[in-house]
Amino acid sequence: MAIKKMGAQTVKLLNPPSIVSTGTIVGPKEGEGPLKEYFDVIIEDDLFGEDSWEKSESKLQKEAIKNALDKISFPLNKIDYIFGGDLLNQIIASGFSARDLQIPFFGLYGACSTMSESLSLGAMIVDGGYADKVICVTSSHFSTAERQFRFPLELGNQRPLTAQWTVTGSGASIVSSEGNGPYITHITTGKIIDPGIKDANNMGAAMAPAAADTIISHFKDTGFTLDDYDYIVTGDLATIGKEILLDLAKEEGLDLTEKHRDCGLEIFNNEKQDTHAGGSGCGCSASVFNGYFYNLLENGKINRILLVSTGALHSPTSAQQGESIPGIAHAVSVCTSLGKEG
Amino acid sequence: MKNINNKEYSKYVDKKVPKPDYLKNSIKAFFVGGLICILGQWLTNYFTSKGLSKGDVATATPIILVFLGAFFTGLGLYDKLGKFAGAGSIVPITGFANSIVSPAMEYKREGYVFGVAARMFNIAGPVLVYGYGSSVIYALIYYLVTK
Repeated sequence: MAIKKMGAQTVKLLNPPSIVSTGTIVGPKEGEGPLKEYFDVIIEDDLFGEDSWEKSESKLQKEAIKNALDKISFPLNKIDYIFGGDLLNQIIASGFSARDLQIPFFGLYGACSTMSESLSLGAMIVDGGYADKVICVTSSHFSTAERQFRFPLELGNQRPLTAQWTVTGSGASIVSSEGNGPYITHITTGKIIDPGIKDANNMGAAMAPAAADTIISHFKDTGFTLDDYDYIVTGDLATIGKEILLDLAKEEGLDLTEKHRDCGLEIFNNEKQDTHAGGSGCGCSASVFNGYFYNLLENGKINRILLVSTGALHSPTSAQQGESIPGIAHAVSVCTSLGKEG
Repeated sequence: MKNINNKEYSKYVDKKVPKPDYLKNSIKAFFVGGLICILGQWLTNYFTSKGLSKGDVATATPIILVFLGAFFTGLGLYDKLGKFAGAGSIVPITGFANSIVSPAMEYKREGYVFGVAARMFNIAGPVLVYGYGSSVIYALIYYLVTK
């Protein structure tokens, strides 16, 4: 019997695992952004000493994992599983990083929602008693994403105002059966919501309804109210997606104005850094959650957040064939103390 | 959450999308595109003054402009110009060179056969296909009309 299931889409973890450590690494542009002091490593060169962007992205993942392990002086070979994903075809950044790490590996694809997807699955595996420590990691790289989804870097074109800037970066969480928090207590797995948006340069609009749906389902399933949370943190809705999310949630009687934060809007200063609508990519919520928000939780500045990474599950093939963009959002509830458990 | 009506949603999203500053963008495109054309005209005048025939001038000028487009793409400057000028630097022949050289550079890591050669025309390919295609149709019409 599914004793941990709560409502339609949520599970409550009965043995809430702790995120005992995190590691982050970002590119030079992210390192000039408002959150620069929260990242472990800022690389100086996008290629990171490699000879291709893809190798660079793989290395970012490995470094993020290494940073997370080093902070708690924990050996890599004692990790039970890695849950990893990225944006590239056949998730090669993750596969190639796992090739070097030699740890049992689950490869995930949830586009930019992968960070909360990996945390969801990692936490459930640990809660279920199948593992003691797992790593949840995702990455993205501006240059690998551009060449796969858009145009060559040197092409002299203009980006639409709705376009987002793929974050170069990676974030890793170590989820453990033992620890003193921050704890993962509830997981709300998103359904695909496709509002019919076909413009791959307007992903915020494609993903916002999925984020709204998952957030509303989370509150309905768990009985939590907005007062239980310090922040509702979405992955990469950016300027347009944020406005839409606030509107959609308000229609359902949920006023997120005060509590909503979006990783895509936190990581860059859109005006100064010319990033148009904001940041995006798996590495966006990965680096902002594991860097900034984890820091706030760990230092007791906030008590509970709902991380809702958002993904657009399209591909260049589906876009060219005229398909609309399926949106998805997965929510993970993270809190510092188990005392106030609902 | 209640179901979203795709049509209504699309209209609602359109209202949220910021509109580009068409006037400012057009002025920038006009001046940059105009300057590239002035350069072309200057080259044409120069070659003509040096005694090249009309046909040779029509070959020499594009050769220089294509070279410049490719050269500045290689230096990593043409994309910055393109970001500023938009159509002003895409439409002239220098932009065409940029659209061929930039994928050639981007996909070099996939090798000279499947990378550079196969993907060089990723962006310019449709222009060539429909350009050649329409020139054949035009020539046929011209032939029939003037026969």
